[in-house]
Amino acid sequence: MLQVGIDIGSTTIKCVVIDEDATILYKDYMRHKSSITNSFTKLVKGIQDVFNGQRMHVNVTGSAGIFLATDIGLQFTQEVISATTALRHEHDDFDVCIELGGEDAKIIFFDGNNIEQRMNGTCAGGTGAFIDQMATLLDTDSANLNELAKDYEKIYPIASRCGVFAKSDIQPLLNQGANHHDIAASIYQAIVNQTIAGLSQGRRITGKVAFLGGPLTFASELRKRFVEFLDLDDVYVPEHGEVFVAYGAALSANETEYTIDELVDRVEAYEHREHKTVKKTLGALFETTADHAAFVARHERASVPERSLEDYVGPAYLGIDAGSTTTKLVLLSEDNAILHYYYSSNKGNPVDVVKQALHDIYERLPAKVDIAGAYSTGYGEALIREAFQLDGSEVETICHYRAASFFNPDVDFIIDIGGQDMKCFKIADNTIRSIILNEACSSGCGSFLETFSTSLGYPIRDFAELALDARQPVDLGSRCTVFMNSGVKQAQAEDATTADISAGLAYSVVKNALYKVIRTVDVRRDLGEHIVVQGGTFYNDAVLRAFEREIGMNVVRPNIAGLMGAFGAALLAKESARGKSTMLSASELAAFTYRTRQAVCRKCSNYCGLTINLFNNKTHISGNRCDKGAGIVSDKDDLPNLYLYKYDRLMEYQSNPNGTYIGTVGIPMVLNMYENLPFWWTFFNELGYRVVYSDRSSKDLYELGQGTIPSDTACYPAKLVHGHIENLIQKDIDYLFYPNMPFNFIEKDYRDNEYNCPVVAFYPEVIKANVEELDLKTFYSPYVSLNKKEPFVKQLHAVPRIRKLVSKRQLRAAYDVAMEAYLKYRYDVFEEGERALEYAKANGKHIILLAGRPYHVDPEINHGIPKLLQQLDTVVISEDSVNFKADQDLVKVLNQWTYHTRLYDSAKFVTTLDNANLVQLISFGCGLDAITSDEVQSILERHDKIYTAIKIDEVNNLGTANIRVRSLLATMKGVV
Amino acid sequence: MAKLTYDDTGRLLFTEEMKHEYKILIPAMAPYHFEYFVHILKSEGYDAEVLSNNSFDVIHEGMKYSHNDICVPAMLVIGQFIDAMKSGRYDVHKVALIITQTGGGCRASNYVSLIRKAFAKAGYDFIPIISVNAVGLEKNPGFKITANILMKLITGLAMGDLLMQLYNEVAPYEINEGDTERVYQDVNRFLDEYFYKPPWKVFYHPQKLFERVVKRFREIPVDRSIKKPKVGIVGEIYVKYSPLGNNDLERLLRQEGCEVITPNILDFFQYTFDSSRHDILKYGGRKIVAMTYRFFIWFIEYRRNKVRKLLKKNGFRPFTSYYELREMGHDMLDHAMHVGEGWLLTAEMIELISIGAPNIVCTQPFGCLPNHIAGKGMFKKIKNAYPESNIVAIDYDTSATEINQLNRIKLMIANARRNL
Repeated sequence: MLQVGIDIGSTTIKCVVIDEDATILYKDYMRHKSSITNSFTKLVKGIQDVFNGQRMHVNVTGSAGIFLATDIGLQFTQEVISATTALRHEHDDFDVCIELGGEDAKIIFFDGNNIEQRMNGTCAGGTGAFIDQMATLLDTDSANLNELAKDYEKIYPIASRCGVFAKSDIQPLLNQGANHHDIAASIYQAIVNQTIAGLSQGRRITGKVAFLGGPLTFASELRKRFVEFLDLDDVYVPEHGEVFVAYGAALSANETEYTIDELVDRVEAYEHREHKTVKKTLGALFETTADHAAFVARHERASVPERSLEDYVGPAYLGIDAGSTTTKLVLLSEDNAILHYYYSSNKGNPVDVVKQALHDIYERLPAKVDIAGAYSTGYGEALIREAFQLDGSEVETICHYRAASFFNPDVDFIIDIGGQDMKCFKIADNTIRSIILNEACSSGCGSFLETFSTSLGYPIRDFAELALDARQPVDLGSRCTVFMNSGVKQAQAEDATTADISAGLAYSVVKNALYKVIRTVDVRRDLGEHIVVQGGTFYNDAVLRAFEREIGMNVVRPNIAGLMGAFGAALLAKESARGKSTMLSASELAAFTYRTRQAVCRKCSNYCGLTINLFNNKTHISGNRCDKGAGIVSDKDDLPNLYLYKYDRLMEYQSNPNGTYIGTVGIPMVLNMYENLPFWWTFFNELGYRVVYSDRSSKDLYELGQGTIPSDTACYPAKLVHGHIENLIQKDIDYLFYPNMPFNFIEKDYRDNEYNCPVVAFYPEVIKANVEELDLKTFYSPYVSLNKKEPFVKQLHAVPRIRKLVSKRQLRAAYDVAMEAYLKYRYDVFEEGERALEYAKANGKHIILLAGRPYHVDPEINHGIPKLLQQLDTVVISEDSVNFKADQDLVKVLNQWTYHTRLYDSAKFVTTLDNANLVQLISFGCGLDAITSDEVQSILERHDKIYTAIKIDEVNNLGTANIRVRSLLATMKGVV
Repeated sequence: MAKLTYDDTGRLLFTEEMKHEYKILIPAMAPYHFEYFVHILKSEGYDAEVLSNNSFDVIHEGMKYSHNDICVPAMLVIGQFIDAMKSGRYDVHKVALIITQTGGGCRASNYVSLIRKAFAKAGYDFIPIISVNAVGLEKNPGFKITANILMKLITGLAMGDLLMQLYNEVAPYEINEGDTERVYQDVNRFLDEYFYKPPWKVFYHPQKLFERVVKRFREIPVDRSIKKPKVGIVGEIYVKYSPLGNNDLERLLRQEGCEVITPNILDFFQYTFDSSRHDILKYGGRKIVAMTYRFFIWFIEYRRNKVRKLLKKNGFRPFTSYYELREMGHDMLDHAMHVGEGWLLTAEMIELISIGAPNIVCTQPFGCLPNHIAGKGMFKKIKNAYPESNIVAIDYDTSATEINQLNRIKLMIANARRNL
């Protein structure tokens, strides 16, 4: 009898028909564009054409086929099982199989009869959909991405945790003009890293390896990255790679038997069945057509007039907004009419786009029009300013406020949803009072809608149009894109209409903005009456309407919603114009050329990856954190900076290279070691041990340990531990000391408890359980608390090797000296904090309290943000340098973590200073910060201070941090 | 109407007066156990109800009133409560909320604070919240854990554990569909009589009642000739037990043809006492307190032992004693790791493997901190020691989709069948 396997994945549907000898008689492959039932029918009819009347066993596999198979009454086999069946049928000597699908990543380890299969968790990109998304960013497709990757020279670190993160790594690279070949290869490398970090979990990928799934079948360069990185020499790519899993399903088809005609009947009956209602629905966007008409008329009122450039005489002002994905230009007349505008995707290269746009303007510019001023703004503001010698530039938040107040001088709140990011500002007393930017992991923005409409086969415009008529928009929730993908898939499985999905997505964007980013519950109270919405995404009427419906108020959407940054920049150019603009003239522009070069700055240990843009007559360097990288000698290096101070101060604890010791102990420089190092070094030094540390954190160090990380969603500081341990193992040490420390120091009486966070407290257990190279005989991870001497001594004495060499009395004595040293360290930090405060006072500098946890001084974790702040001319203090200067004894949460008690206390201290503000560093995946960030914010806001949070992960993106901090500083200085 | 009184930190108290006027609302968690809480409270002179609203509005309200990154249990509890308040079914000025607080280093200890914040945001700051915990946080004049309540609580939890086990052990094999459910509903009708007995009687273990229950379940006709894979559920306590939190995982697994084993709640109870005891011994503290905890654990175990014997006598699986459980996995994870579910989670996985259920769903809220260590962090070690183990980690989140979870669970089940 014939056996049929049908594989329904997230993007494609495949089938294979085999005979009893497992020979493939027929195969078919198509993209289903998410209309699964439809494609399924087509596929089955295709089989019918060839095998009319025959009986066959049918087996369905693949995630999108689960419900379909159950409903039609077909056998279903999980796809990893099918892949395993197929592989074992081909050969029986595979060691590992890596399969990347549209949205899933899987790995299978074969070990005799013991087969271990793993799939990616819910939060993991690194799959086909990820490649598609990234290709779009480079303005190409996945096939071409492979071509591009062939000629790379350099691999950039790109976060691969998910598409959203990767975008924030790639975008700055593009904006800085990095080479597309390099980026393409880096994207593939990111996938390799993700696969290893997310799936291998301590098992080595080696031996005979099979590659399955679309991306690995079609992208030769991706395979190459795997082969090179993992040092593989025996690789297998099946002949019919694209239908391989379907083949596996066909091999094990034995439960449900039909004639092909019966099957076609069943499928058709299923297609025309009574559609079950989708589970969650929301209200329609417009109840009646009259509602729609009124809505359109109302929004037409908020417009800027346009004037013909050809008829205009007088000075003109140019604003350029080089945003993350798009470039916008506005040319303004003396009376604020728009003479010309330009809007384009920056195609991964803003300089070229701006050059072309300027060229067009000069072409059209009548002789009687003079460009009297030109400003740039947005991600690429500095690059564009330098390249085209503009008159100036301004941070985008300020430009947006400028533009919004043009439409409504009383504006209370501005929300701007662009392609990649979301910005919200609260305005009070004509200044920006608070700035809310979306975090790396909650971006439901414009590009997100576009990705969806494209995947469903609609242009974004038509897709939005559909939503207006939707009767029952689907409630899709509002988390990140990855989750949304599967939400949409589920809605489709429940047969929601495309209109309802489109409207549902519009609601998702809005809810994401309101409840995740702004986090409002009472719009009138939190946002005020006068709301201006802008950004390209609000051109989408479905989003605009969903927003109004959700908040129950009407808002102003300017007709130039997508050009507001450029418009604001043009207004600023006008305000500061002094006759003639310095911008490149038409002839200079024609002669303008530029090229880019990559380099690494070695002037300090941050090792910034620099992109050097060489223009006609000058160079512009980007990617640097400080002026040193740009080759400028700066006086800002003298500004007190507690983060740099603490790091250097900790590194002073070094054993004498020529000393004699009774043994060598290795300590990983991770997590709470940044707090306790003075204690441990002194303690071991007193006992006569040499102390050796793991190397300074870096991306390479991280990669060294990424194969043993068991939980993909842990924070980056925790994941780095694996690298440090691997690094220490390679060193010449007698034993490795990494204690479990559930308890921290008691610093204030009113705290409820003195815990460390669970990850900090117990990570040694994870290391013990997952790092294979670790010799457990020489790995010591006692449970200790430093608060009480006697229990401490008892715990340490229980460690066999310590007991053998030292007595309890020695331990006691060492404890005393070590505690002394720790207190000395803390005292020094206070002193330095004091000095910083005084310096700021004496020199009239602004103070930023960069509030985090001790391990945030690791430059690999803070990504050089302290340095960036310094370069912005601020004095940087840390939470632990001032936490004794104030007591926030009443907090509305359980005050049970020592590091967080410091946060609250230091936040309170900041409220007592006029020239100080707080920026909180939050690690992605830090569950506790969901609690602390709220509390810190409320402490600050009670005293009218602005709260700023910067979310950090392995992503090395200073762009967002830069915008945030500069906007904050602009507000502090009262400049708008 | 009861006056609103606050303590010196500004916390709204649950007063004596409220005890007589207010209804105490209990967020839903363990379906087999929580109904008894109502009887415990009612029999002690309180009015109480377990919330049963579980529509999508719950998730929506939760999202609206809590932080993005907070774990799903907090979000659901907040959502369920605010949704109930908005439903108009309750006099919002005459309700209080009760919730347990673990008091460990996990962020779950902060649920009370988070709910309070959400209430303030939603304009319900006049609703008192009662924290139930073993570590003496937040006291209320109108609500005290008396010896009576404690006894009833222990017995109530034991009842829930028993029913949960019997249900899961019988339902997959019942010959007439629906028998188990009917018996379950039936026995629930007479079990609550225990709670309303005079105080001296509740001090005794109601063995007769338990016997009646076991007998009823034993009488259900079953066919055990069908081999079904045994699948255990472990994980963060809320998503482990709550159908709202885990998309009704027990039912899903049964539908997929598995026998479900969900470990007992009382273990967690004992584990909590044990953790406090452990810390005193390790980091210092009052020895007498440690002794008291030790006694509690012994006492509960003494009671549970009677149930265990009963199960054994009637041919059901006797559950593992807490003392045995404590030894399981001790070589994997130190007992000092008792944040959240801590070492108990690891121990339960090993227990499951040892009783022939190496197929395990490890549930946790997305981004759960303790489970990075005791859950996902231990998989490799467990796999090395028990190659037959077949564990799948499922992250629960208000926006994660069923299909994604289902697909991973299906993989685990397929492997379970292969090993059958």
